[in-house]
Amino acid sequence: MNSNEAVAGAKPKSGGLDRQVQAKIGQQLRAMYDNVVDQGVPDRFAELLKKLDGAQGASKTEEESR
Amino acid sequence: MKTDPATMQIIMAIVPKLRAFAISLSGNVDRADDLVQETLMRAIANIDSFEPGTNMQAWLFTILRNRFRSEYRKRRREVEDADGHYTDSLISQPEQTSKLEYKELRVALDKLPSDQREALILVGASGFSYEEAAAICGCAVGTIKSRVNRARNRLATELDVKSVEDFGPDRNTRAVLAANERR
Repeated sequence: MNSNEAVAGAKPKSGGLDRQVQAKIGQQLRAMYDNVVDQGVPDRFAELLKKLDGAQGASKTEEESR
Repeated sequence: MKTDPATMQIIMAIVPKLRAFAISLSGNVDRADDLVQETLMRAIANIDSFEPGTNMQAWLFTILRNRFRSEYRKRRREVEDADGHYTDSLISQPEQTSKLEYKELRVALDKLPSDQREALILVGASGFSYEEAAAICGCAVGTIKSRVNRARNRLATELDVKSVEDFGPDRNTRAVLAANERR
């Protein structure tokens, strides 16, 4: 957030409207992004991770028991 | 041996951010979720190559980014003669990036060259430093900085043009009023 302001501030040639647009872009970009982040972990991935972890444990155990 | 439970917890906590990154990159939720799935499978299979103490989020983002790049190149070749229809199909998915208010941004994002888009998302939305973004994209820090700047300027131009268009009716109204006054 501060770094965005710093970047905008480092470009004095951009006028007031540009700056406004830049701030709006940064805000919207983060809002769009955070909107997905806030959805949390879909079940699909919680299950996948559990399965992957289990499968890996199983295959390693198999190898070790050989 | 199973993956360390603490490591699994860390990966799980990063999944929402991986999805946000994938959706921002591709503009398509289904495709993004497939990317996340491939990334997780690859990560768990190669968990031994992750150096403990380093940034797990950056590691996972790097995997996803590389998957997306190679898939993007491949699909690009496949649909070369479709000319634009591919991009259309990506951004026309309803409720995908969801809210209408992001639609203009989404359209503008999709017009960016992919290297600029990924740089902007990593720095402007994911919150990575320029150095971290450079490591994820495998390029110099200066390159990331200039890509982010170009992306910002280009988006500003795109969205700026739109806001000027929004003033169009006003300008027309003013022209009509001015013409009436002259009578």
